[in-house]
Amino acid sequence: MAIDRDEILRIAHLARLEVSDEASARTAGELTNILEFVGKLNAVDTSDVTPMAHPLDASQRFREDRITEADRRSEFQAGAPAVEDGLYLVPRVIE
Amino acid sequence: MHEQSVAELQRGLQARQFSSVELTMSCLARIEALDRGLNSLITVTGERALAQARAADARLAAGDSSPLTGIPMLHKDIFCTRGVRTSCGSRMLDNFVAPYDATVVERLDASGMCMLGKTNMDEFAMGSSTESSFYGATRNPWDGERVPGGSSGGSAAAVAARLVPLATGTDTGGSIRQPAAMCGVTGIKPTYGRVSRYGMVAFASSLDQGGAIARSAEDAALLLAAMAGFDERDSTSIDKPVDDYPALLAQSLSGLRIGLPKEYFDEGLDPGVAACVEDAIREFEGMGAVIADVSLPHAPLSIPAYYVVAPAECSSNLSRYDGVRFGYRADGASDLMDMYKRSRSEGFGAEVKRRIMVGTYVLSAGYYDAYYLKAQRLRRRISEDFQKAFEQFDVLMGATAPSVAFKIGEKADDPITMYLCDVYTTGVNLAGLPAASIPVGFADGLPVGLHLIGDYFQEARLLNAAHQYQQVSDWHLQMPRDLGERSPADEKR
Repeated sequence: MAIDRDEILRIAHLARLEVSDEASARTAGELTNILEFVGKLNAVDTSDVTPMAHPLDASQRFREDRITEADRRSEFQAGAPAVEDGLYLVPRVIE
Repeated sequence: MHEQSVAELQRGLQARQFSSVELTMSCLARIEALDRGLNSLITVTGERALAQARAADARLAAGDSSPLTGIPMLHKDIFCTRGVRTSCGSRMLDNFVAPYDATVVERLDASGMCMLGKTNMDEFAMGSSTESSFYGATRNPWDGERVPGGSSGGSAAAVAARLVPLATGTDTGGSIRQPAAMCGVTGIKPTYGRVSRYGMVAFASSLDQGGAIARSAEDAALLLAAMAGFDERDSTSIDKPVDDYPALLAQSLSGLRIGLPKEYFDEGLDPGVAACVEDAIREFEGMGAVIADVSLPHAPLSIPAYYVVAPAECSSNLSRYDGVRFGYRADGASDLMDMYKRSRSEGFGAEVKRRIMVGTYVLSAGYYDAYYLKAQRLRRRISEDFQKAFEQFDVLMGATAPSVAFKIGEKADDPITMYLCDVYTTGVNLAGLPAASIPVGFADGLPVGLHLIGDYFQEARLLNAAHQYQQVSDWHLQMPRDLGERSPADEKR
């Protein structure tokens, strides 16, 4: 499965990463190699196997729907890049 | 003092031969003298350590102490430590001061341990050499031109150099065991769910597990016992009592059934490493263990399965690093999308970005079944192979890594040659089993690790087997020499 430059740009966009024009060819090559390497998985027939998401097949534990956390917003926002009135500031969102 | 075991240090503290403050200052002095050449620490927390040491001395005086009270240690820089930088070896979190303590940090603090700093690691735990750290590579204390292994390379190097007796690590595909092997120390990754992941920065949520790095199984048992246990704040934490690891170290190994998976003794295994491992296995036989071959037929697919599952989970976990609320934000972004892309591209290093890309691809529409679900199916087969083996055997053994520590830069060009370092360790994480590495000799002057794998929640058995071996051998007591003569500019060593 060869990954071309357009595919790299598509994946990068999904991942919210930038890949420069010079880097895109090398990145495409690296990803192609890695995907070929992991493609070995296809050698084994697993049509009757249930996927394993959790090593012990445990399922999500539930708890009571009660508030247990205290409001520590100002403490958490102390390290933020830009805040105002308890809100996070970001550059203009493009329409 | 730096050559003493934790039990010996505790006896010294109890007998007032020295105080925790003196012990802590001695370790801080060792760090000051030696770490410029090793680069095993990202942050030193001297003041905090001394405050904890004073509190420990008070507890010792009041007779209110535990076996770890007053003992110096280091945390891998992946554990959130309140008020202290928690960087995960990344520019992305270089400015991140954690607002809370991880459960592991809380528990060890409650036991009275003194945290002297945060150790270096591969960026976001992705790597097998600690070379991808934003803070530069850590050097192997046995040979400064070589890697300490990764991703917990800083913790392993620090313990090997006896900067402190104990350090925490994390292991997602081998990141405690492989650096322990390469640095000649003891490392244990417990069963998935045994140690809380609350406050342990996530890489691959179904694989990550915190564990202990120490100079011996006896020391590791003390640390793991304090780290382990159910935590309701971690939804994957398993509610099962913790065995008394230290109390179970001394059991006889007579009749212990040891399986040697033939897939772990393949052409990729360096002969010098194989020789040390085979000698160690004969020692176990001498202690009454029964050795036989076994097969894990899907073992060769562990690495491909891991390098689909782990990047997939990492691409999801690392999507939180967007420059909005914390961490690195690029300057002068023109709009939100530009901010996201530039913050992430500038904040993350090359290997992290590579894995995010692989993960994004294998989870994307049209490829999810072919890659991710396929890998999850293989995961079940890999796990089933282990379960079949554990019907006949108590412990499985092999080499932890196919080679000894390689030179810094040697595997930098091809990611896949780096991935192959994990050939024996990744299956364990996919299956969620406990496993350890202990030093069993040297090949070409560099440490060799024996890999021990147990069935679910058999950490006590692994530590017991390791401890008994360490009673009849002294590889774990070997220390690198000439640590003080290395300087960062000294390229010749």
